[in-house]
Amino acid sequence: MSLNNADVRKVARLARLAMSETEIETARSQLSGIFALIAEMQAVDTRGIEPMSHAQDVSQRLREDVVTETNQRELFQSLAPKYKGLSQVEAGLYLVPQVIE
Amino acid sequence: MLESSLQQLGSALRAKQISSVELTQLYLDRIASLNPKLNAYLTVQPEVSLAQARVADARLAAGKADALTGIPIAQKDIFCAKGWLTTCGSKMLHNFVSPYDAHVIARFNDAGAVNLGKTNMDEFAMGSSNETSHYGPVKNPWDQARVPGGSSGGSACAIAARLCAAATGTDTGGSIRQPAALCGISGLKPTYGVVSRYGMIAFASSLDQAGPMARSAEDLALLLNTMAGFDERDSTSLQRDKEDYARDLAKPLNGLRIGLPKEFFAAGLGSDVAQAVEAAIAEYKKLGATVVDISLPNSRLAVPVYYVLAPAEASSNLSRFDGVRYGYRAPDYTDLADMYEKSRAQGFGAEVKRRIMIGTYVLSHGYYDAYYLQAQKIRRLIAQDFTEAFKQCDVIMGPTAPSTAFKLDEKGDDPVQMYLSDIYTIAVNLAGLPGMSIPCGFGANNLPVGLQIIGNYFGEARMLNAAHQYQLATDWHSRAPQGI
Repeated sequence: MSLNNADVRKVARLARLAMSETEIETARSQLSGIFALIAEMQAVDTRGIEPMSHAQDVSQRLREDVVTETNQRELFQSLAPKYKGLSQVEAGLYLVPQVIE
Repeated sequence: MLESSLQQLGSALRAKQISSVELTQLYLDRIASLNPKLNAYLTVQPEVSLAQARVADARLAAGKADALTGIPIAQKDIFCAKGWLTTCGSKMLHNFVSPYDAHVIARFNDAGAVNLGKTNMDEFAMGSSNETSHYGPVKNPWDQARVPGGSSGGSACAIAARLCAAATGTDTGGSIRQPAALCGISGLKPTYGVVSRYGMIAFASSLDQAGPMARSAEDLALLLNTMAGFDERDSTSLQRDKEDYARDLAKPLNGLRIGLPKEFFAAGLGSDVAQAVEAAIAEYKKLGATVVDISLPNSRLAVPVYYVLAPAEASSNLSRFDGVRYGYRAPDYTDLADMYEKSRAQGFGAEVKRRIMIGTYVLSHGYYDAYYLQAQKIRRLIAQDFTEAFKQCDVIMGPTAPSTAFKLDEKGDDPVQMYLSDIYTIAVNLAGLPGMSIPCGFGANNLPVGLQIIGNYFGEARMLNAAHQYQLATDWHSRAPQGI
């Protein structure tokens, strides 16, 4: 299969990756090479084969619905990135650009 | 001291022939002088390591030492370690000082081992040469113009160059075994689920598995005894009885059935690698093993299947890096979407972005069945090949990598060429089986060759037995690179 620049642009947007037109072009050519490698898969007859999502066929464990973590909000929030030198944490919340006018 | 096994180091520490502080300082001095050339370590904190060594010495003095108490061990920078910068080789985490310990780190801390530093790696473990690290490539100590392999290249280099007693690695498609082969050391990827992934930065969760890297199989067994075990914080951690992985080391190999998959000796394998591997098989026959020809007919599909499944899981796992709560945030942006897009574009390197793009594409509407589901079905076929093969043999052997260490920049801008470095290792991750690599000779340009040993599920003790008996009969594993 061959990808065009519009396909790559769409994927970049879904993946939340800003890309210049030059980067789109490079990505298109490299991704096409990788999809040529992957294409080998398509010819395999897999009718009746159960998909394997995990190495061990074990089911998820359940645990008691009890609190197991201690509150470390301040420690974790001390790692928050800054914007123009200013902390992006306020009143225990993370700050991001305004979404709703 | 630099050539001693972990067991010998432990005995020397317990007999007070050397202190943990002295041993730690010895390695710190070597790191200070050699790391500027080799770039194996990303972070060392001498005062933190020495403080840990002093605590270990007190524990040794009190007669409460475990096997690894006081022994300096390097940790791959994929493991979160409290108070340590944990970058995963990425600019995205350039300022991330972990607020907690990974399970593996906690196990080593509990055992009294000393954390010597964090080792360099391909960014988010995506690479086979260490060249995708944001912090520059690691050099192969056997030839500094060559790559150490990846992604656990920093750990492999540090062991080969005697910059630590042992190290940890992680293996999603060969990231312990391939660098072990290229640097002439021993490395083991356990059965999926044996070592907890808690606090290990996720790449492809259904394939990622941590394991030990060292100079010998005997050392690996000791390390795995510390690393393995159930952890309720990892939903895929397996509940099993505790095992002593060293229990079978001394057993003779009489009657061991070795399966040789014809697909691993076909076109594409370097003749020097083939020669060294064949000589190793001949040695095994001398030790009493028998050889069976086997076939893994679907293993040729392992690379394509892996490059659907691993990027798909990666694109999901790496969506957490959004510049909001930790890590890198772009300095300028106009709105929320712009902040996400710029932070991710600037924080991730080229290979990581490529894999996020592949993963996003194969999971997107209209392509899911053709790519992701088809890959998961072939994954089962690949796993079934191994199940069939293990009806005829106890372990499978072959080359770890198709060539010895290649030159820096040699594979350049062609990702597909790089992906083929893992052609013999990937199927093992897809099946969830244990695999290891041990040194078995030298190829062209005096570069190390690795022998891959694949075991059945939970066959680690048997594999370590096979590796140890070979290492008693040969000395490839004790060779050290000269003139670093």
